Amino acid sequence: MIVKLNGVKKSFPIERGYLKTASGVVNAVDGVSLEIEKAETFGLVGESGCGKTTLGKLILGILKPDAGSIEVGTKKIQVIFQDPQASLDPKMRVYDIVAEGLVLQSSAVRRGGLNLPYGKIAKGQVEEMLDLVKLPKGALNKYPHQFSGGERQRIAIARAVLTDPEFIVCDEPVSSLDVTVQLQILRLLKDVQKKFSITYLFISHDLRVVRFMSDRIAVMKEGKIVEEGPTQKIYSKPDHDYTKLLLDSILNI
Amino acid sequence: MKELIKNRLAFGALIFIFVILAFALFAPLIAPYDPSAIDTDSILAAPSRIHILGTDPLGRDIFSRIVYGSRISLSIGFIAVGIAVLIGVIFGSIAGYYGGRVDSVMMRFVDIMLCFPTFFLILAVIAILEPSIFNIMAVIGVTSWMGVARLVRAEVLTLKERDYVAAAEVMGASDAWIIARHLIPNAIGPVLVSATLGIGGAILVESALSFLGIGVQPPTPSWGNILMDGKSTLGVAWWLTIFPGIFILLTVLAYNLLGEGLRDILEPGLKE
Ligand SMILES: Nc1ncnc2c1ncn2[C@@H]1O[C@H](COP(=O)(O)OP(=O)(O)OP(=O)(O)O)[C@@H](O)[C@H]1O
Ligand SMILES: [Mg+2]
Repeated sequence: MIVKLNGVKKSFPIERGYLKTASGVVNAVDGVSLEIEKAETFGLVGESGCGKTTLGKLILGILKPDAGSIEVGTKKIQVIFQDPQASLDPKMRVYDIVAEGLVLQSSAVRRGGLNLPYGKIAKGQVEEMLDLVKLPKGALNKYPHQFSGGERQRIAIARAVLTDPEFIVCDEPVSSLDVTVQLQILRLLKDVQKKFSITYLFISHDLRVVRFMSDRIAVMKEGKIVEEGPTQKIYSKPDHDYTKLLLDSILNI
Repeated sequence: MKELIKNRLAFGALIFIFVILAFALFAPLIAPYDPSAIDTDSILAAPSRIHILGTDPLGRDIFSRIVYGSRISLSIGFIAVGIAVLIGVIFGSIAGYYGGRVDSVMMRFVDIMLCFPTFFLILAVIAILEPSIFNIMAVIGVTSWMGVARLVRAEVLTLKERDYVAAAEVMGASDAWIIARHLIPNAIGPVLVSATLGIGGAILVESALSFLGIGVQPPTPSWGNILMDGKSTLGVAWWLTIFPGIFILLTVLAYNLLGEGLRDILEPGLKE
């Protein structure tokens, strides 16, 4: 087991008006317990606003829980976000973006340096990774805005995988892409997972995508996990009415 | 059409700025005379072929003095603004990134700084210290960073929520790394505009200080003190004040037009 959550809660104040007076709270994550096994893909599905991203950020350590405990059994964590436009720094070249994780692991930067120690990073490593995600070599010197959505997501994957992570939180990694590109990116994610035996927390509101990717699935509603089980079981014999509703809704499209 | 005229103005301003920059860089090649060479045969000479912008009461060539003076006036503009930008960017990005109480305290300090009538503060400080070029640059810089700080803080406040900042955090980036590598580079656009506007302002402040006699000290020529020299002979020798005045006016105008032009290019959303 690589991740273990126990009764995790996180709420945000609802701020209203000019004075930002708190007029209540949203319980974005409301008592979640779950376990993710090594090298599996754990799917998290639920409608927009149910707290998926918040849960992902809690696991990543970007947010601190109000209550409960979060144990992550590795320091080698990475993240792939939904919108590759926002997750790639527009002022950085692809080389700098992809190499950033490696650079941050270098000792010079750890001691507080702010320069990219280019010399210390094998350029070949970055090129190899670009090859793996099927981007041309010429991409290295370009800026993110010069790429399509799908290509940008490949850059984000390259950045994540280059640091040799054990666990990646994928927060709706294909939701902003069109269907044919979605499939390519999902295949790529599966390939790298197999190659480097990476554990995924795979977040999506799209049941078909989650089903394609996941070994186990948790269904989330209003901050709570209402049902959890192996993918096969969730699809063939859902226990919870909300899961049935979600399943029906994809059949109706 | 309005757009075109505006851009043309900005383009014209840019060309003028390049000319003045060339004056400063190649002063010895451009100036026909040594700026402090005294020519007793032509004291207070009106503009002519020999002295195109005339001479002053010591017979020094005004055009040559303006050319050399551009070095001082421009350096003061650039370096004072450089100091202001440096302080403003660091201050604003720290306030914006840390937010909360740090932000409130830091921005209240900005409010307090903004309460001082800047020009009188500069006057007081220069009167206490001595009016050296360095002191003038430093004082202008130290009293004019607040606008930059506010701009950068506002940018950073939204930029820090971007996913690439979260991704860097997950990869173990330090606060300093995030501020220096991600936030400042993305917040710098609007600063460029305000810095360009600031250069004109700083040149104007130096001129005003010189005019009051506590600017750059003679014999070093700055546009301000050349203008000042002409004060007493304004009745008989108009060229002593008019020409440096025109250079100050046009340069300040040029930096303002360029700043406006840059704003249109860099922040298209702000138009109208
Ligand atoms: N920083 C924040 N401040 C205040 N409220 C927040 C914040 N982040 C999230 N929320 C609220 O918490 C709830 C859960 O948001 P979250 O982003 O986790 O949902 P989600 O399941 O990821 O939705 P989506 O599918 O749209 O990405 C929402 O009601 C949202 O408005
Ligand atoms: Mg989300």
